[in-house]
Amino acid sequence: MVGITSYGAYIPMYRMSLQTLAQTWGGFAGKGEKAVANWDEDSLTMATESSVDCLNGMDRSQIDGLYFATTTPAYREKQNASIIAKVIDLRRDITTADFTNSVRGGTSALKAAIDAVGAGSAKKFLVAAADCRVPAPDSAFETLFGDGSAALLVGDSDIAVEIEGSASISSEFLDIWKREEDRFVQAWEARFIITQGYLAHLEEIISTLFKKYDVAPKDFSKFVFYAHDKRRHGQLAKQLGFDPKNQVQDPLLGSVGHTGSAQAMMMLVAALEEAKPGDRILFANYGDGADAFILKVTDQIEKVRDRRGIKKNLASKMDLPTYGKYLHFRNLMEWGRQREPENFAAATMSWRDRNWVLSCHGHKCRQCGTIQFPMQRVCTWCQAKDDFDEVRLSDRKGTLFTYSMDNLATSVDKPTVIAIVNIEGGGRFSTILTDRDTEKISADMPVEFTFRRVHEGQGIHNYFWKCRPIRG
Amino acid sequence: MAESFKDKVAIVGMGCSKFGENWDMGSDDMIVEATYNALEDAGIEMKDIDAGWVGTIGFHGTGSAMTSTGITGASISMPLKLQYKPVTHVENGCATGTDALRNAAFAVAAKVYDIVLVVGIEKLKDTGFGGLGELGIPPHPVFEGGITAPGMYALAATRYFKKYGLSPEEGKKMLAKVSVKSHYNASRNPRAHLRNVITEEQVLNAPVIAWPLGLFDCCGVTDGAGAAILCRAEDAKQFRDDYVLIKGLGLSIGPGQGSVRTDYDFTIWDETVHAAKEAYAMAGIKDPRKEIDFVECHDCFSISEIIAVESLGLCERGKAINDLESGAWTQEGDIPVNLSGGLKAFGHPIGASGCREAFEIYKQLQGKAEDKSRQVKNARLGLVHNQAGLPGKFMCAVGLYGLPD
Repeated sequence: MVGITSYGAYIPMYRMSLQTLAQTWGGFAGKGEKAVANWDEDSLTMATESSVDCLNGMDRSQIDGLYFATTTPAYREKQNASIIAKVIDLRRDITTADFTNSVRGGTSALKAAIDAVGAGSAKKFLVAAADCRVPAPDSAFETLFGDGSAALLVGDSDIAVEIEGSASISSEFLDIWKREEDRFVQAWEARFIITQGYLAHLEEIISTLFKKYDVAPKDFSKFVFYAHDKRRHGQLAKQLGFDPKNQVQDPLLGSVGHTGSAQAMMMLVAALEEAKPGDRILFANYGDGADAFILKVTDQIEKVRDRRGIKKNLASKMDLPTYGKYLHFRNLMEWGRQREPENFAAATMSWRDRNWVLSCHGHKCRQCGTIQFPMQRVCTWCQAKDDFDEVRLSDRKGTLFTYSMDNLATSVDKPTVIAIVNIEGGGRFSTILTDRDTEKISADMPVEFTFRRVHEGQGIHNYFWKCRPIRG
Repeated sequence: MAESFKDKVAIVGMGCSKFGENWDMGSDDMIVEATYNALEDAGIEMKDIDAGWVGTIGFHGTGSAMTSTGITGASISMPLKLQYKPVTHVENGCATGTDALRNAAFAVAAKVYDIVLVVGIEKLKDTGFGGLGELGIPPHPVFEGGITAPGMYALAATRYFKKYGLSPEEGKKMLAKVSVKSHYNASRNPRAHLRNVITEEQVLNAPVIAWPLGLFDCCGVTDGAGAAILCRAEDAKQFRDDYVLIKGLGLSIGPGQGSVRTDYDFTIWDETVHAAKEAYAMAGIKDPRKEIDFVECHDCFSISEIIAVESLGLCERGKAINDLESGAWTQEGDIPVNLSGGLKAFGHPIGASGCREAFEIYKQLQGKAEDKSRQVKNARLGLVHNQAGLPGKFMCAVGLYGLPD
């Protein structure tokens, strides 16, 4: 038997109110807000967050593969999944791949993972989807798009969600697209997208599934499906015979926004958080065709409840107060910056140090037992040479021993909060505090690790760990 | 077997360029100015020099067409036209100036050379931006990058406040007293960079550079050069009667584990403790506060002066606030600190600072402080504290310079 064995999600800390957009551009202010990735986040870093959430309390060395779905890969050439796998500290003898270019990528990856486990080539396969789509300023998409990530673990044992059936359609349909040379997505006329694309494809896949498995809306406790926009989402549910009040999963449009290839999976995570053993869920995704699954929740679901998931991530938030800040975060303008030397980077150094730069390993001295970060050759406590075990520190909490708020350091989000963190169980981390409210920082406050994009020196995405105040 | 270095080497000449934003001077101009100043002071000519030591970190390619080699001995050979003499380049961060002098003194004591020249120089104002820029150029692509020196020193202030139970307001007030004193001292020193007198209120209301440090808690970015002429003590009288002797030298290079080990608390400079211990042992100092008459210490930031003085054993830990309130560190106090204006207000051209601090001690001991009003009375022994790096990972040099017994 193959099924979903765990779930996780991530929503960035910052929310921009649709009111802020209306104040910037004029016009009617929609209700609600959308999640905006911090300046040091991208689809890759968000995928590490949802993946870690999904694997909470699990042995990461048991994972046999990782598929990463996104339409906004940090690297256009060079695999992103291999970076995520290293960051979340998976084994080396695993399968990794990126599923890019379609908002349906998440379920395409899910299907591939199910097939891999079903065929016996893997026992546990992680699927992460994340998007950080930058809409054109003052466009309809700007009020719609949000950033976020979800992850599902597919396995052959301890199944929390059984997969009772599935169907797929591949369809050539030009609704929303972005060419290599485009900065923002383009779209054809809305009515064409809605009638011939969104509604038509989802109706087709659902009716195919209903026929194939002889089921009807009454057989499902929840219908979780891709939303093009809020209105059409409700319309489709009604058309298919679902009760919009009780049977339809909220598409998160007024709270997170449309998260592209992560959207349907994030909705599924939200549904699973509320699901009871025995619930049957109809799960459907759209984009260049459609995918649909019949899912059945088992008793095992109770064992994977300690996730941040959607609920806790939604509750933990900070207001992004101005559009100017947002412009900085997404680097949407040409800036008059202070003259400064270029950020240093070296692929060779980052590669040599990958075990601590990416996997966040510290050294534990076999002689004196102390933990130190970064990894050392000679013990800083007892001076023993090369006698260490590697230990992963990224899943430990820490306390902020001391800090400062640096206005001189170049940053799109001043001040840079320099942080000296004492790690639970030993070791100290000299780092930057991100996702912070500068009014609410104090020495000895608890913090946690988070993986971020640090700078772009030498044309490289230079990633590293930071800390943040513990979320929710 | 090693023997005490005390009183073996004399400083018989010193020079110092104008410190400031020397837009019209390259490093070669400042090297020429400081060196000829020192030669004249010693009453010798360039041809009398047997060997040279130059201290510079070659900041962002310090130099001009004449010194394009930047970080080699040619940095001074070329502008001074030293004729094929041996010149060694010394670099130890902001402790470079004192370490250059230290190595030159050792060569003289070893009787390899009779007369040597030491030059400390840094040209900082050719970069096109204010401040020193971000650190991490380039220790590592991502670890401890994107931060600045004030940001790192501010970590010490935050923890110092916490440890000694000072609210941020009380702590900032304490820091302000340091900066007010530095500016007052510099205001009477003709060669200093920042000569404006400031008030505590101004300090407290200034823009924040790196909380809790404000604008006046930070030293400026300064160009400058200092030079010294050394010989063995027994030869010193050939040059002058009021020569100054090297009483002790200490150097400590930290293993940089303050950001790795959880037992480092950022409120003490361990490297300073070690360098001072070496220098005090050499000079036979038992009670530093009593025996040392005045101090030029590494006050790149107001908090640096406080922790440096405590680490040097000149003030009980956590008690600097009492000394600052009583005025113990002013010219009239029992242990004047940074009479020159310090790095804070005289200026801090990195490789030059150690030589410039020695220049202040040398002139004060001779009773020749420029502007008589700032002459310290009856001083026989001064201390130079010259430090590089950041809290948790310092390189520190300490020099004790005094009049013959």
